[in-house]
Amino acid sequence: MDDKEVEVKAPGPEPQAGPACPDDKPKEKLIPVFIYGKRFFVPESFTIITAMEYVGFQFKKAIGCREGFCGACATIYRLEGDYKLRTGLACQTVVEPNMYLVQIPFTPAVKAVYDISKLKPELTSIQRYYPEVFRCVACNSCTKACPQEIEVMDYIQEIKRGNLAKAADLSFDCIMCGLCAVRCPAEMVQYNIALLARRLTGRYLLPRSAHLAERLVEQKESRYEKEIEKLKGLSREELTKRYTERKLDFKVF
Amino acid sequence: MSGYPEYMQASLEKVKATRQARLEKAKAGREVVKAMTLAEREEVLSNSHPDYQPDARKPIRVGLNKGEEMTSRVVDLLESYPSINPGDFDLSEPDFDTDVLIIGAGGGGCMAAIQVANAGLNSVLATKLRVGDSNSMMSQGGMQAAVNPHDNPAIHYLDAIGGGHFDNKPELVEALTMDGPMIAGYLEELGVMWDKDSEGICNTESGGGTSRRRMLSCRDYTGAEIQRVLRDEVKNHPDKITIVEYSPAVELLLDDAGEAAGTLLYNMETEEYTVIRARSVIMSTGGFGRLHIKGFATTNHYGATADGLVMAYHAGAKLLYMDSVQFHPTGAVYPEQILGFLITEKVRGLGGQPVNKEGKLFVFPLEPRDVEAASFIRESTKRGMGVKTPAGRVGVWLDSPIIDLLSSPGTIQSALPAMVRQFKRFGIDITQEPMLVYPTLHYQNGGIEINADTETTLAGLFAAGEVSGGVHGRNRLMGNSILDYNVFGRRAGKAASERAKALAGREAKLSLDHVRAFRAELEDEGIPETSHAPILIPEYRNPEILKKHRKDYDPFIGRFL
Repeated sequence: MDDKEVEVKAPGPEPQAGPACPDDKPKEKLIPVFIYGKRFFVPESFTIITAMEYVGFQFKKAIGCREGFCGACATIYRLEGDYKLRTGLACQTVVEPNMYLVQIPFTPAVKAVYDISKLKPELTSIQRYYPEVFRCVACNSCTKACPQEIEVMDYIQEIKRGNLAKAADLSFDCIMCGLCAVRCPAEMVQYNIALLARRLTGRYLLPRSAHLAERLVEQKESRYEKEIEKLKGLSREELTKRYTERKLDFKVF
Repeated sequence: MSGYPEYMQASLEKVKATRQARLEKAKAGREVVKAMTLAEREEVLSNSHPDYQPDARKPIRVGLNKGEEMTSRVVDLLESYPSINPGDFDLSEPDFDTDVLIIGAGGGGCMAAIQVANAGLNSVLATKLRVGDSNSMMSQGGMQAAVNPHDNPAIHYLDAIGGGHFDNKPELVEALTMDGPMIAGYLEELGVMWDKDSEGICNTESGGGTSRRRMLSCRDYTGAEIQRVLRDEVKNHPDKITIVEYSPAVELLLDDAGEAAGTLLYNMETEEYTVIRARSVIMSTGGFGRLHIKGFATTNHYGATADGLVMAYHAGAKLLYMDSVQFHPTGAVYPEQILGFLITEKVRGLGGQPVNKEGKLFVFPLEPRDVEAASFIRESTKRGMGVKTPAGRVGVWLDSPIIDLLSSPGTIQSALPAMVRQFKRFGIDITQEPMLVYPTLHYQNGGIEINADTETTLAGLFAAGEVSGGVHGRNRLMGNSILDYNVFGRRAGKAASERAKALAGREAKLSLDHVRAFRAELEDEGIPETSHAPILIPEYRNPEILKKHRKDYDPFIGRFL
């Protein structure tokens, strides 16, 4: 069975347009994978999610956007004969032969409760809510676990140095899947710590836009209400005319 | 090394060969291709947009919109039988009482919950999956807000209503565009990190159909950045906001005056139902991408199954523009693993160009979405100028490497990190090679009709975000959906709080009679009971496996009858 080639229908919708290309019809090899310990044979090009659906799983947990943005489908696996514990997003990871996998639909995690408007953008704010940040032993397990290839350990070090803006920058692509926290021997929840650092940075450390401030003042003075009122009152014909005659201006500020 | 199969290499060479000439034109600031006139737009739409095909729509036979033409798949869903039997439930002793019930915890639901908490009221925030699991999390390109000096809300108004084919409800467009700058500031106060220069001036890009640079962004994780901040803020109010995850609502509950007063939540794991009673109900369940209308792949979240639309329709809320579907021009068609994957419009905002298999730029890159999508379909099918994939699909090239040549090396990596990462996972380097794209089902343009206070035609029911209709007319512009759920989520939270305050102390008598009535209406029309809704979870299991199930297994409710 291992070497069997089958014609596999692509998951999802039928091809939409254009004739199919019979010569290129995918012939897929089935490979064995172990899902929660049980062996299944799945097409070798499939992601973990589509492979699990292929063998009959219907997800009610550990599934989300299916595009690598939401962090709901964190997965841990090993490959046969390899001691290394690997991590990935099930929607983005293609299956491998003799992969032993388990999904982690939820990470037990500390999430501090705070009022962002009453905090200062400095290390003490993080220290107060997440003192465990100082338990970091710089083992780099978090970085190795990150499916987004974020330098997790580096941003934790930046936080320890009080450099929140740098940590915010380094952690920006975080999708909060929880795999760093699962692997951390110091038992911290890196992704929540980074979120606090980013919120402090966004609110306090990034310079504010003068343009936005001016616009808000203008609107407080009801600058555009009349113009909008006028537009609302236009007939479809008049509105169409205004729309087609409007000037395009793509100036950069 | 190329990430594409051998047989595509000749076409890729042609894209490369025409790049220099296209680049020079773009650099000179000339229109790379002439934008279409309204008449030309109309022509490509009527010939090639899926909404305009003869079988795209049919009249609905039941409910408040009876007789109106809607997207066929939507009609099938709305003409499905309710998934519960009202007689099974004792509604006299609600399991939980609250001021405001919010169904759906994406961007709109979270924004609403924060407002309710700020008003000092309690809320239940119920969601099918986890808080924040939503399309809001996935939007990449940006949020429109008229913050630039050469721009203003009135110009934004004109762009939005023209893009929507002038079908948008004026009071909603007014709310959307006038609240825009305030929302940009509000999110900043919460800690959202807008892309800015060292002076604090926000980076702005153009989007399809905008006449100014108006797109604020957070790299290409704009939706994720806003959603994770809103989710964090929701979780900062544990005393006020009760979060209920993995528990979809299956029907609304009405009081004896016929006003919305609660819901029935279904725990998907234990199969237990819970009765929630509230003084106001906010529907913020998002859209319908997972219905795969006309068989299209979708950019949408797994949970986008139009549950809220179904429940609201059963309860007697009017729907608007359910004949209109947004197909995003640029969904991935290769590799097969990321079929339908959203490639942000920001790629074209930054100068990326759609070219055919001969390397020819065939359409102005930033037409409104429906026009751009229809042009891609025309080029790929009628004109036969698309590139076929090994799986038998077809698409056109989206030339991304030109972005670095237009700006500076490294622009793609810094402005589009998510795009680079996703394609790299499958062996394609988009800084060196183009992406192969085809329109993908993206957005529910219509929905539950609302007014500027987010009230629906059903008293007590408010709606915000993609589930609502009227804001975008029959075509939404890029960047107006993030703005939509923030503006109307905020308004819904405030309006629902006011109603709840006015009704303080009232304990409604709950009923599911409207579900009985809806069933009766279906039966009277002679519609057979072949499907149930809301569907909650899309069906992607291998049909070969389902054949081996017990025959009394109902895939719609996921259990044996």
